[in-house]
Amino acid sequence: MADAAASTKGDLTLTNLVKEFGDFRAVDDLSLVIPEGSFFALLGPSGCGKTTTLRMIAGLEEPTAGKIAIGSTDITYAKPYARPVNTVFQNYALFPHLTIFENVAFGLRRRGIKDVKEQVTKVLELVELAHLAARKPVQLSGGQQQRIAVARAIVNRPALLLLDEPLGALDLKLRRQMQIELKWIQTEVGLTFVHVTHDQEEAMTMADTIAVMNEGRIEQMGTPVELYESPKTVFVANFLGQSNLVKGKVESVDGEDLNVNVHGNRIVVPANRDFSTDNHERSVLIGIRPEKISIEHPEANTLGGGIITDISFVGVSTQFQIQMPWGQELAVFEQNDGGASHLQKGDTVSLSWKPQFTFALDGTADIDAGTSVNPDEE
Amino acid sequence: MKRWLSKNLIKVYAFLAFVYLFIPIAYTMAFSFNNAGKSNLTWRGFTFANWQNPCGAPQVCNALGNSLKIGGIATLIATILGTMIAFALGRHRFRGRSAVNLLIFLPMATPEIVLGASLLAMFLNLGINPGFWPTVIAHVMFCISFVVVTVKARIASLDPKLEEAAMDLYATEAETFRRVTLPLVMPGIFGAALLAFSLSFDDFIITNFNSGTLTTFPKFVYISSARGIPPQANVIGSTMFILALAIVLAGQFVSSRKNRV
Repeated sequence: MADAAASTKGDLTLTNLVKEFGDFRAVDDLSLVIPEGSFFALLGPSGCGKTTTLRMIAGLEEPTAGKIAIGSTDITYAKPYARPVNTVFQNYALFPHLTIFENVAFGLRRRGIKDVKEQVTKVLELVELAHLAARKPVQLSGGQQQRIAVARAIVNRPALLLLDEPLGALDLKLRRQMQIELKWIQTEVGLTFVHVTHDQEEAMTMADTIAVMNEGRIEQMGTPVELYESPKTVFVANFLGQSNLVKGKVESVDGEDLNVNVHGNRIVVPANRDFSTDNHERSVLIGIRPEKISIEHPEANTLGGGIITDISFVGVSTQFQIQMPWGQELAVFEQNDGGASHLQKGDTVSLSWKPQFTFALDGTADIDAGTSVNPDEE
Repeated sequence: MKRWLSKNLIKVYAFLAFVYLFIPIAYTMAFSFNNAGKSNLTWRGFTFANWQNPCGAPQVCNALGNSLKIGGIATLIATILGTMIAFALGRHRFRGRSAVNLLIFLPMATPEIVLGASLLAMFLNLGINPGFWPTVIAHVMFCISFVVVTVKARIASLDPKLEEAAMDLYATEAETFRRVTLPLVMPGIFGAALLAFSLSFDDFIITNFNSGTLTTFPKFVYISSARGIPPQANVIGSTMFILALAIVLAGQFVSSRKNRV
């Protein structure tokens, strides 16, 4: 049974997946294709359904409706031990009564492999912990336990490796190091990784493709660059990094560009960056990332009359809070290259940026979606 | 003096508490070496004779054998049944679960004298004569509750993620239970078995009602107290104490070894 499972290969396909807990719909009609060999991240705030999705792929939760397949093999209702999927659990779930060696050998032994020594030693060397093989999990540090949890899963060469907030329990510095290591391991072993996280920076650092989830659905899917530079919804614009969103009205569409009236200023949005879905008779939200805005250099798009209300120095950049004449606070990040060092609280400034950095979203959307979620909640 | 007292009061108190706890045990041990005559109430001089001949008193080893047999069988049955109940209560949600949770405490809360008398009445009504097996059944009954409570506590402290991890790593339900769940719950089951055995070995009240002419060790001691308890009873008591102590110490040693490098 396990050997039949081990030969299953191919893309992971989720089709119209639904999971309900009583009245609560944790996963709502989710469809998704994860290409073989990719590093895929499911990103979203706590309670968005990402962990439930992962548990359904692992077989630890049974879908209410829908289908899960690897290649052409339907695994929707297969038992967890009968699918070629291994998981790195959030708190590692290492077996406390077994040595590190036996923890790593567990999956191989269950599949009836007699001579496990070579494979276990090899994977322990990959995570650089071969010298700890005889220890028990309690004798290892958090970072070491995390690596053993990865080793215990990848030694089985699953078609799919699931990572459930694998770095959540580590401190910041170790987390950065492990991000790079996990990425390296993924390239090294060439397995499909599906990574669940609420940390947008972690997702962007590691994944080839990110699906941003919210309330059981996928908001947007794409490469980190696509998601960051061209967010299609307010939730994505706010959850991934930071965005300035300002209400405006489309006045005219002239060829390649939209002319938007933003509190009396004319802002140009390239038509191919207009992600709003209804017609242009109505208002839109124009969006611009804080680091794209310049206080000093005039550009085609300009909003004038802002007053600096707060300045914070964060090393590589200085972050300004600027109150606009209509009362809204906007954020601007300036590189610390000397250009903006003379600015002080209370100065009146103009904010300028190139039209190609602007994006437009539905004007009817909740402007704060995705901002109030605390990423460190989980 | 006052300062010394305020610094060491807790030590003095602890010392006195231990003295209080251990005096009866020390007394039992000391009098196992007594060169007793008709009764073992006064010190008549030191001797190894009782230890060299622990079965010297009439019936004492027969009674001990009965107690060990009853204890062994009752412990085995109570541990198996109790562990199964503990898993059912700890791992599954079913109708009447909270009722079972409550009922399991009843035998612990009911006075033994009532339990013993009712059991005897029940056995007689069923036409079963008091003796070995009725005693075993009675012991299983009052041991089960303690096993359930002990094992359930251990199961509750077990991370369910470990079982998920085992299933994720190709272990079937049966393999998961054998390789992960059972080894992790084992210390609890072992502790429960020890507790069950000592409760059974020690029991007098319920046994007295249901054993008929069969003599167990506590019954032997009680009966012989009328005409003088032989020092062999002290020898057996001391041996049981030392055995229990050895098991506890061995358990501590093993678990401290396990957690070391």
